[in-house]
Amino acid sequence: MTLYFTSEHEWLRVDGDTAVVGITQHAADELGELVFVETKSAGTQVKAGEAVAVVESVKAASDIYAPVDGEIVEGNAALADDPSTVSSDPQGAGWIVKFRLSNPAQLEGLMDAAAYAAFVG
Amino acid sequence: MGTDSSLLHTPLHTLHQDFGGKMVPFAGYAMPLQYADGIMAEHRYVREQVGLFDVSHMGQVRIRARSGNVEDAARALERLVPADIVGLKTNRQRYTQFTNTSGGILDDLMVIAQEDCLLLVVNAACKQADFAHMQDNLADCLVEPLEDRALLALQGPLAQDVLSSFDADAATMRFMDVCMLEIDGARCIVSRSGYTGEDGYEISLSAKDADRVARQLLQHQQVKLIGLGARDSLRLEAGLCLYGSDIDETTTPVEAALEWSIQKSRRTGGARAGGFPGADIILEQLEKGVTRRRVGLLPTGRAPVRHGAPLYADAALADKVGEVTSGAFGPTLEAPVAMGYVATPHAGVGTELVAELRGRGVATRVAALPLVPARFRR
Repeated sequence: MTLYFTSEHEWLRVDGDTAVVGITQHAADELGELVFVETKSAGTQVKAGEAVAVVESVKAASDIYAPVDGEIVEGNAALADDPSTVSSDPQGAGWIVKFRLSNPAQLEGLMDAAAYAAFVG
Repeated sequence: MGTDSSLLHTPLHTLHQDFGGKMVPFAGYAMPLQYADGIMAEHRYVREQVGLFDVSHMGQVRIRARSGNVEDAARALERLVPADIVGLKTNRQRYTQFTNTSGGILDDLMVIAQEDCLLLVVNAACKQADFAHMQDNLADCLVEPLEDRALLALQGPLAQDVLSSFDADAATMRFMDVCMLEIDGARCIVSRSGYTGEDGYEISLSAKDADRVARQLLQHQQVKLIGLGARDSLRLEAGLCLYGSDIDETTTPVEAALEWSIQKSRRTGGARAGGFPGADIILEQLEKGVTRRRVGLLPTGRAPVRHGAPLYADAALADKVGEVTSGAFGPTLEAPVAMGYVATPHAGVGTELVAELRGRGVATRVAALPLVPARFRR
C-alpha cells in the first residue's frame, strides 16, 4: 500500500489497481465543516482532472478531482448521513471515493508524504 | 489563505489576529471569515448565546442641513430614498434604500435621527459611490463620512444582559431605538438592531476606543467573536437582503419585497408622495404589483442551492421561472436555505419549484421570510 498526494490537496491510498481517495487535513482545515458530500456513481469512467465528487461547506461548493484516470468503484455512503466526518477524520473514515486505476503509470507524477508536506509549507 | 497587503484594516485588526481570525478580502478590507470554532458553531452560538461582530468596514456618514435644522436634512434625504425620514423621531432608526431613476437599488442603508443631524450606515462596497451620490444631490447639506469610527454588532438572546451590565439604559431600548450609552468610558451611539434576526445592538464608537471596548465585551464569558461567514448564514435564515446578491441596481424595492420600508407618507396620496429617484416606477408597482418577487426558498435534501441557480416550474427544467440570489446551508434549520426572485404566478408561499443543481433538479418550495423567526424586542 502506497500513499500519494496531489497539488489539489487530495490523497490516494493505492493497493494493487485500486485507490481510495480523500482530501488532506490541510484541505479539510481550509474548507471548514462540511454539510454535504456527493460522489459520482459507481461505474463512472473519469479522466485525471475530472470531478469525482463535490463537497460543500456552509459557504461554498468545491469539486474533488480524479488524480488519475480510472473508474469509480464506490462512494463513501456514510458521508450522506454525516458529511462532517470528512472534516474530523479526512485521512481515515472521511475517505470520499474508491477508484480503479486504468493507467497506474500516472501515479509517478504524484507526490509522496514528504513532498506534499514541503508543498503545503 | 494570505491577504493582500493593499487591503484596508479595521480598528480591530489586531484583535482578529489575536483571536485566530481567518482573514479574507471583503469589500477592500481584510475581514475575519471565521475564528477557530468555524461558521456552523459560530452561527449556532449567536442563536443561543451572544456574538460580537466587527462591522467597521461599513460606511458611517453624518448629514447636517446647512440651515442647522435637522428637518431640512430629513427633507433633503427624502429626495434620495423612499422612506419617511421627516417622520423619523429623534433617537429612532429606519431601514431604507438609495434608488436610481429606474427604481433600482443603489444601496440599502440605515438612517438614525439625532437631535441635530442624521447618521447613515451604508454598505462597505458602496460607500464611496454613496458618498458621491449624496455630495451631488444634497447641496443644502453637509455630508461628512465618519472615517474615524468603528462599528460593532452584539447579537443574540444574551445581548441585553451583557450590554446592560455596562450601561443599564441598554435594557430600556426597544427594537430600532437609538441611545447614547457609555461602555467602559467610551461614549457610543447604540441602536437596538442587527443583521442576524436575533435581538441585539449595533454600537458605533470612536476608532480609538474600539479595541478596548471589544476586549471588555469579550471579558464576558458568554461573548464570542463571530466572523462574516456566520453573519451571512444568519442574515440569510433571517430573510435579510445582501446588497449585490439579493438586491442591486436592477431590482426595485417592491420586487425585493421591501415595500414595508416605504411608509404611507411617501406613497401615492401621502403627504410627501414620491420625490425620490424612480418614484414613478416604484409607486406604480406598489399599486399594480410586480412581475417577479423575492421569496424564501427551502430546497429538499442536504445539498445547498446557491447564488445563480435557475428555478423552474417543474422537473422538466424547461420553464424557467426564477433564479436563486443567495443560498447556503442553514445551521439553525440544519437544511439548505435560499432566497431568490420568482415570477409572480409562482411566488406564492408553498409553491413547489425545481432548482437546477449540477444538471439535475432539486425540489424546492417557496417559503415565507424569514426562514427562521425573528426575535427582535419590539
